[in-house]
Amino acid sequence: MTTLTQRSKTVSVRKLSLSERLYLPAILKGMLITLGHVFKRKPTIKYPEEQREFAPVYRGQHVLKRDEAGAERCTACGLCAVACPAEAITMDSAERKKGEEHLYREEKYASIYEINMLRCIFCGLCEEACPKEAIFLTDRIVPSSFTRGEEIFGKDKLVETPDQPIDVSKRQEAGLAAFKKNKQHYHNRTFRDARPGVAAH
Amino acid sequence: MISYIFWFLSFTAVFSALATILSKNPVHSVLYIIVTFFSIAGHYFLLNAQFLAAVHIIVYAGAIMVLFLYVIMMLNLNRLEKEKTQNWMKLLSVVSAGLLMLVMVSAVGRASLMAGAGQPDETMGLTQALGQVLYRDYLLPFELSSILFLSAMVGAVYLSKKEPTTPPL
Amino acid sequence: MEMLTYKILLCVIVFALSLGIAAYMTWGERKIAAILQDRVGPNRAGPLGLLQPLADGIKMFMKEEMIPGQSNKWLFILGPSFFMLTACMTGVVIPWGSGITVGDTVYPMQITDINIGLLYLLGVVSIGVYGIMIGGWASNNKYSLLGALRASSQMISYEVAMGLSLIALVMTTGTLNLGEIAAQQDAGWANVVYQPLGFLIFLVCAFAETNRAPFDLPECESELVGGYHTEYSSMKLGFFLFAEYINMFISSAVMATLYFGGYNFPFQHALGLEGNWLAVVQTAVLFLKISAFIFLFMWVRWTLPRFRYDQLMNLGWKVLLPLSLANIFITGIVMWLTGKLG
Repeated sequence: MTTLTQRSKTVSVRKLSLSERLYLPAILKGMLITLGHVFKRKPTIKYPEEQREFAPVYRGQHVLKRDEAGAERCTACGLCAVACPAEAITMDSAERKKGEEHLYREEKYASIYEINMLRCIFCGLCEEACPKEAIFLTDRIVPSSFTRGEEIFGKDKLVETPDQPIDVSKRQEAGLAAFKKNKQHYHNRTFRDARPGVAAH
Repeated sequence: MISYIFWFLSFTAVFSALATILSKNPVHSVLYIIVTFFSIAGHYFLLNAQFLAAVHIIVYAGAIMVLFLYVIMMLNLNRLEKEKTQNWMKLLSVVSAGLLMLVMVSAVGRASLMAGAGQPDETMGLTQALGQVLYRDYLLPFELSSILFLSAMVGAVYLSKKEPTTPPL
Repeated sequence: MEMLTYKILLCVIVFALSLGIAAYMTWGERKIAAILQDRVGPNRAGPLGLLQPLADGIKMFMKEEMIPGQSNKWLFILGPSFFMLTACMTGVVIPWGSGITVGDTVYPMQITDINIGLLYLLGVVSIGVYGIMIGGWASNNKYSLLGALRASSQMISYEVAMGLSLIALVMTTGTLNLGEIAAQQDAGWANVVYQPLGFLIFLVCAFAETNRAPFDLPECESELVGGYHTEYSSMKLGFFLFAEYINMFISSAVMATLYFGGYNFPFQHALGLEGNWLAVVQTAVLFLKISAFIFLFMWVRWTLPRFRYDQLMNLGWKVLLPLSLANIFITGIVMWLTGKLG
């Protein structure tokens, strides 16, 4: 007879032999097994003190990048929200006023940008969709919270602070990183690069 | 000191014995009778009958009353409706209880209360003395009573044994 | 009068010690469970998690106190209190050491040296079940009631075999006094040499009487939610859990005393220690033996699966009871052959 799996075993209901019915040998055997585990290496990683090594492609909490001059890159085009399979991203746009050029790179910017971390599946499609190199998934872990409301991250939590840029280069391949440095491509330019007369299309 | 303990134990014994028959809830009755047993065991201790006290607690409070409680809890007698007692049953129980009381009163009345007074032997209630008496002087009655228990046990097993309707697995 | 003060002091010490050791047994249990399962166990509260029992205690006291509306309030409170009381009562007859001599008076390390020590132990163990039964019944919950019924039937069944295994021991030692039994093992072998089968039966029964795995049917989480303490919360639940550990500690002490020489250890008189120092070392050795038994309790708990109810009853009545009777019989014959019968 052919079996469905290779692990199946034939079970018999034979009477136990005397030594088996005594149970004590079996109990001793079991106890020796557990005793053996006393001397095994513990695989535990004591989290806050030690951290487990992240995979190079780990996708964690998002960041909204600024350009080299410290202006927000996001232009609120909404492509990330369209790409998002979990529909976790919401945004509202506003027009840049005069004197705000150091804050926003493009003429249109996101006045509200929210990601619901409870919906997000960290697939990274927003990152792929972004034409402005504005949103990235980093190797940071999303912190837990007591309420659902706290898990909706607004711009205050997503945009990096100008003096503490967040490194997103880990997941970028060398070729891609070099390509992104090239100021010839429109989306790689800063506001200053784009000033009339400095660079041509 | 001893007499205070005696009065306390006696009061507890009488009170809990009364509570046993007066309380409506059968579980409470059982708990009260356990208290009674404890206070009686305390009396044994006061009389320096340590073995008797310990065995009293082990056997009565520890085993028999646990079984009582077990059965009462399992049947959950609270919910059962009170069975109607016929008049002749009431009459019978009054008569039998009255007869028992007559016997006990007459027995207590005839016995002189001071019979055992005087200085009792210090070691009289200890295990060794009791064992000597039981297994030397009264060996035959002791063994006979154990046979009586055995036959009662066999009877109980026989009564509870059902005819096997299905062959055992 | 001085002796009375000393005894009261000893009482307090033994009481505090049982509570303290029981508290750290909860820590030990979690640590041992973790180690046997390749985990680390509690390690946050203090170094090695040593403050964990304190944190657990505070948690237990701070938790909300719940008494079911349909329950019998007095009995509901009486249950855990009684269980705790009986757990703490057993420690008084155990000889914790041989005694310390100051001047002319010998201060024994045993609170009361009653003549019927063993019977006292059995008595306290046999009434210990009331705490569980009362608590389980008063909860007015089917799971609790089932747990209580299981507890009572289990404890009664195993008490019989336990008592009978002790009778064989009493036959060889000739006394019911725990102090004397411990002292006897100074000269000769430990009692386990004479009563190996009796010890085994006693060990199994001790597991059953303390409701420890593999005999933890009364609280059986997978079938009965929490068994008899389903409805309990806060420190009343703590009492139930804590009393179990005290029971375990005391039964370890009893086993060490009855079968493994108590405070005696081999070659103790060859060490050349002066009286009082020897007594101190002896007490330390007793506690070492107790810890070994406690470890055994925990080791078994984290190895063996739980018995089924009918298996439990079969083991108690059809295996342990005949075995202990046979043990008495064999002991009697051997004593008769060796001419030790008086």
